[in-house]
Amino acid sequence: MIQGILGKKLGMTQVFVADGRRVPVTVVEAGPCTVLQKKTASTDGYNALQVGFSAKKTHRVSKPLMGHFKKADQGAFAHLRELSADNVDDYQVGDQITCDAVFKAGDIIDVTGSSKGKGFQGVVKRWNFSGGRATHGSKFHRAPGSIGCSAWPSRVLRGKKMPGQMGNARVTQQNLEIVEVRPEQNIILVKGSIPGANQSLVLIRKSIKAK
Amino acid sequence: MNAINYIGMENMRKDLPLFKAGDTLRVHVKITEGDKQRIQVFQGVCIKRHNNGVGSSFTVRKVSNGMGVERVFPLHGPCLDKIEVMMVGKVRRAKLYYLRNLQGKAARIKEVRQR
Repeated sequence: MIQGILGKKLGMTQVFVADGRRVPVTVVEAGPCTVLQKKTASTDGYNALQVGFSAKKTHRVSKPLMGHFKKADQGAFAHLRELSADNVDDYQVGDQITCDAVFKAGDIIDVTGSSKGKGFQGVVKRWNFSGGRATHGSKFHRAPGSIGCSAWPSRVLRGKKMPGQMGNARVTQQNLEIVEVRPEQNIILVKGSIPGANQSLVLIRKSIKAK
Repeated sequence: MNAINYIGMENMRKDLPLFKAGDTLRVHVKITEGDKQRIQVFQGVCIKRHNNGVGSSFTVRKVSNGMGVERVFPLHGPCLDKIEVMMVGKVRRAKLYYLRNLQGKAARIKEVRQR
């Protein structure tokens, strides 16, 4: 079995479940993904499937990448990822992986995406520092303050929380639940929120923690 | 239609009466106790409608034993058995928060005259 699927985050809404509860859900357009290359332990040292998601016009693909697509002869794709699979032999190049083949309602999953970029941010927004008081003669507003000691150790400790790039990083949200799978529309409803902006690429995998 | 709207529409109810803030409503709420289900009626003035697709809600206010009570209901929730419109009120606001500061005769709302 392949352990995951690629998808596009569409946005959030809510559904009512059987016992009348209101459940917030994220709508993900998951798959279909096309198998483009099989990686086996004998040739590559590990078992995996390279899949493509979201068709792309061939004249927009660079020549080196187009050469790779031509080997599979399945057209060009916007996104390529390797997904681990324990039985690579069951799949052929060109196979379509649909969301209902991998997941069903009630499954526990991990969702990986790129978080929304916030740019270069100070410590108040990035690390929830309190900041100083705004009035009463205070000259200390949003500055980080002291970042360490003096002659010893004569350096800033590793991992010190400082200003810098916030967001636009790879984030995995673990142990989310699938509320519903709609194979005819290639849609998965995930309970709660998932990382990233709407229309961004997400990778949905079976949970590594839940048993 | 995009998937978000489509999924929202599927979860919406089509059996709702037309009502707005100022109307007096009888809301029949399904209450599940263990495996038994019964209907409880909450009657009062709708002071607010929050329109947000499937996430729409409305607030009903009544005065019970001199104490104002407000309940917020999800408009499309399956816990609502039915909504009855008892009286169509004549009001000039969309949100009737001013009723919270009024009591007795001042808190009455005139009925819209039917032609």
